[in-house]
Amino acid sequence: MLDRAKKIGVRCTLNGTAATLEAYPMARLLDVLRDDAGLTGVKEGCGEGECGACSVELDGEIVNSCLVPALQVEGATIRTIEGVATGDQLHAVQQAFITYGGAQCGICTPGMVLAAVNLLKRNPHATETEIRAGLSGNLCRCTGYTKIFAAVMAACRDMGSHS
Amino acid sequence: MATRVIGKSVPRKEGREKVTGRAKYVDDLKFPGVIFGVTVRSPVARGRILGIHFEPGIQWDEFTVVTAKDIPGKNCIALLIDDQPCLAAEFVNHPEEPVVLLAHPDKYLLEEARHSVRIEVEPLPAIFSMDDSLARKHVIWGTDNIFKSYQVNKGHVEHALREAEVIVEGTYETGAQEQLYIEPQGMIAQANTEEGVTVWGSLQCPYYIHKALVVLFGLPKDRIRVVQAETGGGFGGKEEYPSMIAGHAALLAWKSGKPVKIIYDRAEDMVATTKRHPSRTTHRTAVTRDGKLVAIDIDFTLDGGAYETLSPVVLSRGTIHAAGPYRCPNVRIRSRVVATNAPPHGAFRGFGAPQSVFALERHLDRVAEAVGLAPDEFRRRNFIQQGETIAVGQVIHEKVDMDRLMDRAFELSGYHEKHKRFEAENPGKMIRKGIGFASFFHGAGFTGSGEEHLASEVAAEATRDGRVRVMAASTEMGQGTNTIFSQIAGETLGIDQEQIEIVQPDTANVPNSGPTVASRTSMIVGKLVETAALEIRAKLVTGGYLPAEYNAAEFAEACRRYLDRTGPLTSFVKYEHPRDLFWDDERYQGHAYGAYAWAVYVAEVSVDMRTAEARVDDFVAVQEVGKVINPVLAAGQIEGGVAQGIGMALYENVVWQEGRMVNGQMTNYIMPTSMDVPPIRVFFEENPYERGPAGAKGIGELPLDGTAPAIANAIAHATGANITRVPVTPEVLSELLESVHA
Repeated sequence: MLDRAKKIGVRCTLNGTAATLEAYPMARLLDVLRDDAGLTGVKEGCGEGECGACSVELDGEIVNSCLVPALQVEGATIRTIEGVATGDQLHAVQQAFITYGGAQCGICTPGMVLAAVNLLKRNPHATETEIRAGLSGNLCRCTGYTKIFAAVMAACRDMGSHS
Repeated sequence: MATRVIGKSVPRKEGREKVTGRAKYVDDLKFPGVIFGVTVRSPVARGRILGIHFEPGIQWDEFTVVTAKDIPGKNCIALLIDDQPCLAAEFVNHPEEPVVLLAHPDKYLLEEARHSVRIEVEPLPAIFSMDDSLARKHVIWGTDNIFKSYQVNKGHVEHALREAEVIVEGTYETGAQEQLYIEPQGMIAQANTEEGVTVWGSLQCPYYIHKALVVLFGLPKDRIRVVQAETGGGFGGKEEYPSMIAGHAALLAWKSGKPVKIIYDRAEDMVATTKRHPSRTTHRTAVTRDGKLVAIDIDFTLDGGAYETLSPVVLSRGTIHAAGPYRCPNVRIRSRVVATNAPPHGAFRGFGAPQSVFALERHLDRVAEAVGLAPDEFRRRNFIQQGETIAVGQVIHEKVDMDRLMDRAFELSGYHEKHKRFEAENPGKMIRKGIGFASFFHGAGFTGSGEEHLASEVAAEATRDGRVRVMAASTEMGQGTNTIFSQIAGETLGIDQEQIEIVQPDTANVPNSGPTVASRTSMIVGKLVETAALEIRAKLVTGGYLPAEYNAAEFAEACRRYLDRTGPLTSFVKYEHPRDLFWDDERYQGHAYGAYAWAVYVAEVSVDMRTAEARVDDFVAVQEVGKVINPVLAAGQIEGGVAQGIGMALYENVVWQEGRMVNGQMTNYIMPTSMDVPPIRVFFEENPYERGPAGAKGIGELPLDGTAPAIANAIAHATGANITRVPVTPEVLSELLESVHA
């Protein structure tokens, strides 16, 4: 029987590195990543799986980390916004967000960028309609999404020309 | 000289930190030994506090507990008047009013403790509607429930109405709207008798908080320090309420001796903090049979909630914008903001204008119909022209060409062709299409004598390596302050904008450039930045350190030599109100704003006649905002504002129950997603304003004014329903459709 009041060691791969997270089994992955792993690029916007600010990649899928209990990530591969750039080299999506004005206040940006990176990985030739659908789990209050679409379309072209 | 950067889309200054997740927002800041704070709130709308009970089962001695008795200074949130307590002491006046504060190192125990505090209240009769407030069913504020009222008079409205050929009347309502910044509110405080009080937080206006904390603690100004963390959206929602949270965090820190962090969760943020004021506007409009405006009579009421906060100022902007950019010899606007027992309504982008402009632009479509004119033709016959006066008697000296904006918006949207085609194609269809527009203006900067009273200050200083640091209290919250100020200073100094450093807003280090509100940052504060930069250059040139023409290396060399020989190279500028701008607060007449942005927005909608759902298919926004400093940032302001306006028009419905928001979650308060926004097509006409930096005017609030009425007019066009309130939810529209087809 799992003791909810006792921390467990959760082994996973975090941004490419093997890690063991010490966490209460039902702690929100969001809190474990932010408070224990120091990955504060993961943001809390609503705590109920609506806004997508806490999006992380879990075994290749975008999930709301506010809805994932820590024990569920045993053995999993997790990527947060901190694992998107390669050293100082920004990912094409990150660069396009800067160039095309996809980030304003920046609080939805980590989740939005991850969702876009994940979308383009699965669908390298995404159309604007597919981008709209693919990002619909990530809310942005600043941009009206227009420049986010422009940035993702541009990243899509850019990645296409380099592949 | 370096390349010119005004008018170029240089990338956002803090963009890299934001896309990599390295930008530090308040909840990301780490303080050794930090403990957490929560707020225990009133369970009822109005009542007398009989007692505060700490239920058994909690180790209360481990908690820091603060009530009104612990406040060292005055128990109020100092803003305009001091009617709002920081913690309710004897009476509560709205649901969720703060009464008790708790702090503890463990968030989970803290949450249990919050639910174990019982505030015993003897309920008093409360007011939940503007009608009951106006009727003084109970007097809940002052002697008459009225926070503020204004009257604007031009010509002789009563006389004109008596003589009128055609009179059209209508009443329009707008609901509360949540700002819904994605980063919830939060503050961290450190406070003790030796060092005073310091707070770090998500905020728009450092000096508003500074003023509030000085009064709350009774400390001298230099013992209070307010620092802005990266701020995840504000939209007005972080204008006044952060003073409350800062006060709470600081009181807990003061008593516990530890740093205290208060971060609201979404539910608390939605039920407890401010929203856009609900409104009701009644129009009585007299026109000639050939469609000339003869008299506009407006009655405008806002619901202010339980305390005055900024309501008089919101009412002022709403009042001044209520008659729009039209020529009319006789105008009367009577307005007031009333008290109800809801949490105080507050600043939200547009600040009263979206409410009164919705009513006007919806109403003018109906006036046009009454005289048999197309809505555009009717407006063209009445658009204000350069040299004419608006309702408050301000002569419009700037070049204004609403016809040109309308021509361009209609051409880009295909308005005339679609207007005709939709009417021909709609009959019998289940999905009906409509197209509508709004034409409007928005004043930039504080209203009337506001800028003169603010007397904003900006400083600049050059470093030995030729960088220039700009010091202002104007905050970056996503709208682009850092980038715009860098472009203005870089352009003025003829150096790369990357050589400009925007100092983090911190009341210990930056002068008071006023609040970051009212579409004033680019136009008013930007001008001060430009002047401060000019002074730096003038000191170098007049001192013989720099020729009139120079390159970046020469500039850096000149700075180094100046610092070595003369000392610090600094400038300090203060706003000077133009002598030809007068405002009469008594008569509510004069130069309401230094400059206006002008716009025509066109919305195209589809309405599903079975489900009564409307969606926006296309949106064209054409505006004149003076010189555009950064096209990508400027378009981003409009696109985001239009999306918020779409939310206001169709989706964002605050449901109230006895003064409390009952749908305070993102699950059931619906804001637009990426699937809900149409292509938002943004276009600028440029007409440089001589008093703006490089000719810029204000932009931020403009898009909230015209979006909702353009959409409402389009729905009316599609369905024949007389839309009189927003949001036009399917529930609202289905009732209207039944009446149309009954």
